[in-house]
Amino acid sequence: MDEALHVTLFTLGVALLSTVMILPFGVALGWVLARRRWPGKVLVETLVALPMVIPPVATGLILLKLVGRRGPVGAFLENAFGLEIVFTWRAVVLASAVMSFPLLVRAARVAFEEVDVCMEEAARTLGAGPLDAFWSVTLPLARRGLFAGWVLAFARALGEFGATVMVAGMIPGETITLALGIYHRVQLGQDGAAFGLLMISAALAFGALWLGDRLSGNRAV
Amino acid sequence: MKEPDTSRIVARFHAARGAFRLDADLDLPGKGASAIFGPSGCGKTTILRAIAGLDRLAGSFLEVAGEVWQDESRGLFLPAHRRAIGYVFQEGNLFPHLTVQGNLEYGMRRRGAGAEAREHAMRLLGIGHLLGRTPRHLSGGERQRVALARALLAAPRLVLLDEPLASLDAARKREILPYLESLRDESGIPIVLVSHAVDEVVRFADHLVLLDRGSVVGSGPLGAMLARLDLPDILSNDIGVVVEGVAGDFDDAYRLLRLEVPGGSLRVTHPAVPRGRRMRVQIQSRDVSLCFEQPTGTSIVNLLPARVVSIKHEADAPGGHSLVLLDAAGTPLVARITRFSCDRLGLAPDMAVWAQIKAVAVLT
Repeated sequence: MDEALHVTLFTLGVALLSTVMILPFGVALGWVLARRRWPGKVLVETLVALPMVIPPVATGLILLKLVGRRGPVGAFLENAFGLEIVFTWRAVVLASAVMSFPLLVRAARVAFEEVDVCMEEAARTLGAGPLDAFWSVTLPLARRGLFAGWVLAFARALGEFGATVMVAGMIPGETITLALGIYHRVQLGQDGAAFGLLMISAALAFGALWLGDRLSGNRAV
Repeated sequence: MKEPDTSRIVARFHAARGAFRLDADLDLPGKGASAIFGPSGCGKTTILRAIAGLDRLAGSFLEVAGEVWQDESRGLFLPAHRRAIGYVFQEGNLFPHLTVQGNLEYGMRRRGAGAEAREHAMRLLGIGHLLGRTPRHLSGGERQRVALARALLAAPRLVLLDEPLASLDAARKREILPYLESLRDESGIPIVLVSHAVDEVVRFADHLVLLDRGSVVGSGPLGAMLARLDLPDILSNDIGVVVEGVAGDFDDAYRLLRLEVPGGSLRVTHPAVPRGRRMRVQIQSRDVSLCFEQPTGTSIVNLLPARVVSIKHEADAPGGHSLVLLDAAGTPLVARITRFSCDRLGLAPDMAVWAQIKAVAVLT
């Protein structure tokens, strides 16, 4: 049971860290996609949505090539900071972040699109600069949608498997999350332990989605 | 060339968007209410947004009370949040996540209108009891009053109203108009109003700009503009003229109020008001008829001696009506009579006539 607790806390920690890390970028990108037009916007939209439409394992492979020791990003990080990514807990966070990013961006974009531009214009006529208007009007009005999007991303991170297994491997005590643990136990023929992890995983996902649902369904501001 | 008047609002907006061309030169007085009037799609709101700095139109110039806010020939453009404006949107646009008080303080905190201004605005608009509510719990009229107060508390040097009554029903309009009028008369801040509703304009505006398909077709004081027969038929319907007068005696028995206007007086059915109160009345041109001798034994109480200024026939063929512009010793009047009557009387400019006014509508 000690191990189950450790895996659960590790999974929650990874999901929390990865979704908090992507939060500012996802919110910023969601806003830019909702409010601005620029050449190449479609390309950015496609790139961001990519992890959602290609097999997670494929995303994992791309990440592995990028942050592996001989990959362009991985080599730089190792030389400059002595940071190892692949097959460490950092790779788990990275995979979760990349896989949940599209969900967050999509939710943020919708949340911002639902804020009437007139509200921002009213703020500007009252003396608020663009950044001020964003903080004092746009963000508060979009907050429910943003939070629901964050919960969705968090739930996605909790269940991440394909990309994680590619870049982080399955190292007990190091990179094993609930999703990886279930697979690992089944492979070892320990179906009982796998079932225990499954129950925890289902409970966490259910809780997160219930929270997200409540927030997005009850959107009256 | 007249002397440059530094209190005025001078604007030149030129823009082309697809098939729409805006080509508007404006010169508005620095006090009172100016209405930009025209049909939907004529560019009214575009002009208002450009004045606010919400849209940046190439080749524009804007000077408000001696301060240049925009001069694209020098690349000068003051963004919206640095222009001292108060903008009231069609729907009010109150912030739903803030209370009424939060909405009012939003502009105050950023532009620094003081507590005294707040008290004044709250009294002016009668919203003191609404402070703790959220916009969701306000009626349409209350929302518009709060939006007006919020705009005033942003310490504006110019108030812009974008069809502030369009979203309200007739009863709510009657509720708001007195507040708008006290804002116009007491704040001393010039107001530019955009509207496509004739009744709002004749009641509220002091200065009128007629806009059609992006071009200014006429601009001047309201009374003079309405008495112009040369303007295209944008004002449609029958507006007639708007006359300002001063309240005089009240006839208690007959409930008639005497209104002193240039060139004489009018008797109107209206409750008593304090003597000397300025009032605005509308006289539709179909309610004015003409005769050569002072009529006696008529049921019509309002008779003014006048002089024919000009005549405009509505159609080239003799079948239609004619509009006759009159000068009743300083009060302009327009009479709409049949072409037949016009020809039979042999009306011509400079003739002396009597104008019989069948109905006078009190606007304020």
